[in-house]
Amino acid sequence: MRNVVEAARFPQNPQREPATAAAGGRTIPLIPAKTSRIPDFAFSAAMLACGLSLLACVVLIVIELVLQSKLSIHAFGWGFFKGTDWDPVSGDFGALPFIYGTIVSSMVALLIAIPLSIGVAVFITEMCPKPLRGTISFLTELLAAIPSVVFGLWAIFVLAPLLRAHVEPFLGTYFGWTGLFTGPPFGIGMLAAGVILAIMIVPIIASITREVLTAVPQQQREAVLALGATRWEMIRVGVLRNARTGIVGAIILGLGRALGETMAVTMVIGNTPQIAKSLFAPGYSMASVIANEFTEATGDLYLSALVEIGLGLFLVTIVVNILAGLLVWSVTRGMPARVRA
Amino acid sequence: MGATERRPSRQRLLDWRRKVTDRLATGFAVLMAILVVAPLLAVFGYLVVRGIGSLNLAFFTHLPVPVGEKGGGVANAIVGSVMILGIASIIGVPWGIGAGIYLAEYGHGKFPTLLRFTADVLNGVPSIVIGIVAYALVVLKQKHFSALSGGVALGIMMIPTITRATEEVLLLVPLSVREAAWGVGVARWRATLSVTLRTASAGVITAVMLAFARIAGETAPLLFTAFGNQFWNLNPNQPTAALPLQLFVYAISPFDEWHRLAWACALVLIVLIVGAVAAVRLVASRGMFQGA
Repeated sequence: MRNVVEAARFPQNPQREPATAAAGGRTIPLIPAKTSRIPDFAFSAAMLACGLSLLACVVLIVIELVLQSKLSIHAFGWGFFKGTDWDPVSGDFGALPFIYGTIVSSMVALLIAIPLSIGVAVFITEMCPKPLRGTISFLTELLAAIPSVVFGLWAIFVLAPLLRAHVEPFLGTYFGWTGLFTGPPFGIGMLAAGVILAIMIVPIIASITREVLTAVPQQQREAVLALGATRWEMIRVGVLRNARTGIVGAIILGLGRALGETMAVTMVIGNTPQIAKSLFAPGYSMASVIANEFTEATGDLYLSALVEIGLGLFLVTIVVNILAGLLVWSVTRGMPARVRA
Repeated sequence: MGATERRPSRQRLLDWRRKVTDRLATGFAVLMAILVVAPLLAVFGYLVVRGIGSLNLAFFTHLPVPVGEKGGGVANAIVGSVMILGIASIIGVPWGIGAGIYLAEYGHGKFPTLLRFTADVLNGVPSIVIGIVAYALVVLKQKHFSALSGGVALGIMMIPTITRATEEVLLLVPLSVREAAWGVGVARWRATLSVTLRTASAGVITAVMLAFARIAGETAPLLFTAFGNQFWNLNPNQPTAALPLQLFVYAISPFDEWHRLAWACALVLIVLIVGAVAAVRLVASRGMFQGA
């Protein structure tokens, strides 16, 4: 845009000097004077329109969500997010059980995913023999490419029976006293949702952590090793400590993904709007209730309440993602697009 | 007499502890790597074992059959998916590449930074929310579910991925390449399209394929846009079946025969997506921008 403006300001370029426009530190020569400027202008305008439409998209999302949920916002106000009843028949809607389910399943997922993903990232960047490195990072990427609904299918037929037969009885026997692992082991429930979410967010956290670890200067490692540190001490002092902000960012980004994940959770969480302390009990999440009930919602208020849940989900994920983006950016900024090892 | 034996015993204990901690940490990292790769192998293993037995010609050529009947296929869902993904690509690819060109070639200063940020925000919006928006924008206006609305939802999801990746690969093209084009009197728009974009084409194709792989398995936004259909439909204005939707319906059903079909659907979907990702790897490793 700016270059177009500059070009318009010096239309004939009479001195035949090599006219340049300094933009963002780069020197960009202007177009030769003889060429018509109209196609150029049209092209840059079209590209600008494409860019602007991104902004328009986000604004449109907010507007549509607010418009469609107006009815429910008026009817319930802030109480909507505190109410525990979800009774479409009598027209009483409260979102707390869904918020609870979303938060708890995401937290379980994070608890499982954090050690896994940091471990695998450290392994790939610091320990892995070179030939194996590409393979493992490719496999991790592949994990990210599997669609949510396929994870859900696998969770229904493989993970849930496994949890029911082996993991949940074990947890119930030895950790039942915490109150988190009580009640009959269904297999399907909050724990299953948390585990499948963990598998899904590991690739995200791991790949960003890997990026952040690679951004730590090699001299840091060499300096710590030169002091006689073992490899683990080098990783702890020289690498992880330098990268911790970025790692936190990666974890929050994973959280953002977990909060909005729909299909796999819907298929194993049990879809019961209740608040139960035990992780064995079935629950419901914000995304799942939209997925399950949106097409069946009878009445405008019902639909509007579902859209309001969507609005809440949207706002929370936006805040979480922005926070994560800032944290990751604060570590990797100043690095070229492809980090030099 | 070795040097270590003359050291005080506290020092020896410390050395031993450091060594053990180092080994333990290494072991922990290796264990985590195995635990990450294991579910992947488990998912693929189950898909292949349970899916491949259900794949036959009928699966690709027949319509779904009612409960109780044996056989049947998902031909309409495969065609429906192709249609929806086609609409999504028509919307998302030019749009995303255009925005990427803007950010890379014209994007200096504060406003483009805001746009980059917006793209990242859009990337993080849960897919189900995009589905609601497509419902409000298209389905409510049309007054019925349609392939078009599904395509719009998936198209919007493609844009931010393609935008950011296109920008990244365009910035890898050296300025001298552009200057060479400008130097021989090529107009700027022409230079951007025929020289810069062309030089970066391998990277841009990578971006498009990755975005495609990402939306190919998306189910949530299709639930109340494309909606699904048991019969043939080639009209983009009518409810349309899609492979992930069909898979979801089959998976949560209580019938063994449908579960079998669900595994087959999943296998086909995965082959499609992994095929796309593997093709990207191939293009990326042969093209100019390795790893881009």
